Amino acid sequence: MAADAEAPLTRVGRRPNATGQGPWRRFWRRFLWHRLAVLCAWLLLFLIVAVVVGPALGAAFGLDGQTVNLFDRMAPPGPGQPLGTDELGRDLLIRLMEGGRVSLLVGISGALLTAVIGTAIGLAAGYAGGRTDSFFMRLTDAVIALPLLPLLIVLAAIDVTKLGLPSAFAGDGWGSVYRIVVLVALFGWTTVARLVRAAVLSQKERDYIRAARALGAGPMRIALRHILPNIASPIIVATTLSIGNIMLAESVLSFLGLGIQPPLPSWGNMLTNAQEIIWQAPALAIWPGALLFATVIACNILGDGLQDALDPRGDLRH
Amino acid sequence: MSGYLGRRIAETVFLLWLMSFLIYALIGLMPGDPIDLMLSADPEITAEDAARLKALQGLDRPLIERYGFWLQGAVTGDFGYSRLYARPVVDVIGPRLVNTLILMGTSLVLALLLAIPAGIVAALYPRGLTDSTVNLLAFAGFSVPSFWLGLILIIVFAVQLGWLPAGGTAPVGSTDLLDRLRYLILPVLTLTLLAAGTFVRFVRAAMLEALREDFIRTARVKGLSRTAVVVRHAMPHAMLSLVTIVALNVGSLFSGSLVVETIFAYLGMGKLIYDSIMGNDYNLALAALLIATLVTLLANLVADIAYGWLDPRIDYGG
Repeated sequence: MAADAEAPLTRVGRRPNATGQGPWRRFWRRFLWHRLAVLCAWLLLFLIVAVVVGPALGAAFGLDGQTVNLFDRMAPPGPGQPLGTDELGRDLLIRLMEGGRVSLLVGISGALLTAVIGTAIGLAAGYAGGRTDSFFMRLTDAVIALPLLPLLIVLAAIDVTKLGLPSAFAGDGWGSVYRIVVLVALFGWTTVARLVRAAVLSQKERDYIRAARALGAGPMRIALRHILPNIASPIIVATTLSIGNIMLAESVLSFLGLGIQPPLPSWGNMLTNAQEIIWQAPALAIWPGALLFATVIACNILGDGLQDALDPRGDLRH
Repeated sequence: MSGYLGRRIAETVFLLWLMSFLIYALIGLMPGDPIDLMLSADPEITAEDAARLKALQGLDRPLIERYGFWLQGAVTGDFGYSRLYARPVVDVIGPRLVNTLILMGTSLVLALLLAIPAGIVAALYPRGLTDSTVNLLAFAGFSVPSFWLGLILIIVFAVQLGWLPAGGTAPVGSTDLLDRLRYLILPVLTLTLLAAGTFVRFVRAAMLEALREDFIRTARVKGLSRTAVVVRHAMPHAMLSLVTIVALNVGSLFSGSLVVETIFAYLGMGKLIYDSIMGNDYNLALAALLIATLVTLLANLVADIAYGWLDPRIDYGG
């Protein structure tokens, strides 16, 4: 890799020299170098605080996102309703914050579940090798190649009570949140699994693993105590990147009426009716999507910045 | 090569068969069966009639038996009748598939025409202003919610400017090609922007990697001009990996197409799948989902074969 810096056709920009510092110090300097990623981290933090605190603050002022007021539909912004009202006369700003709470919750918990499943499969495939490995990799290839959205639609449309699951999963409101999280994780694990497998393969034959094995550590202990901590960076990066993708998947399903069920708002289902009234109230179609767009792009840029900062090879920026 | 080809074809057929069973089983889990639907439509039907009808249609049989019966028909090209359209499923799907392939094909070509030059320029001057701009736009491309991008384009070009129709496939009764093209512009534009982002990132990464290769340095050292090296040596090398990426993206292109078709009321496969699932048209949903799967699996198969054919270094063995 030393030759990379002298690649003849590329002009590689200067980045802070990172030698002679501890790994954490180096991580921070590299991360700050990626200013846009820092900006995105702040944006995400702001959004999270806003959607957590906002609705509570609104309630203190006697505003909520559920009260329907049919005499005040699609009102323009004005005093007491900074962004106006939606097609049922509900306050748009409060609803955006409540919807964001659901969307971000689905994104983050879905990403965590995805990371757990993907890590387990990646560790098993990479460490066990042989038949287990080729089975899981074939499965991964198949899942990646499939047209996911049509399949997600089928899965979202099935009646889970026929599977013997409690009707809590079938119901409206929070039941639909659990369902969506499980559904997206069911298909979302492939990226993490591939990365983890590749990382495990690169670690597996190193001396410290041989030493642990020689000292009598079992496969579970080696995988969890020795390999896992050493492959944390790709897992962190992939999890950050998958938050955005999961939020997109949730929003599409909710938009199509198969995800989060109203009256519980999400940025996706707030757009379901927006298309019909796009001529009267285009603002209702703009706001939820703009916030979703900002959140997803922030997650993706943050993930990219983390990758830059955590990648020990440093100069390679994919 | 022929041995490899045979194995890949066998794999594709197996995967298709597996998907047909899974989708068949999943659709059986959707609320209501055809006779339940008849019951809700006609209050005169008694419980005995319903039971008799179910027995007549074989709906009281176990899942495996019903699937076997369906499969027998399917391999001879008989997918049954569509409930929504009251026509054989095959007749309904044909024209829809053509429409979707037009939409997907045009968007794919345009996305590549956009992404390849952008990615190459970005890779030639990494970390420069052009690179940052291209990167940011690419991030925007794969972070934007598909349906929201469609809605925004409708707001701008149909609502505000009034230049283009907000949706549909063609004016009623018109077979004029120019009319059809007007209806294609917005759906194609949406899908192109969605797909281009991913391609830009891959072209850029592949070019960066290609430019670091030893044979590029050799070409430079022997006196070839910068342009000649990029065009004749680096580009073919980078484009090779793009073949696989494009094939892997056919699945997500199909997902994007489903959303775009639903938003713009474009009569393609994606909208057909969505409508058939929402309208409990099981025969149609099943066949349409399988065709969608077949298209993506075939794309991957073709890419694998093309890859081996384009790259003489790859030998798949006897």
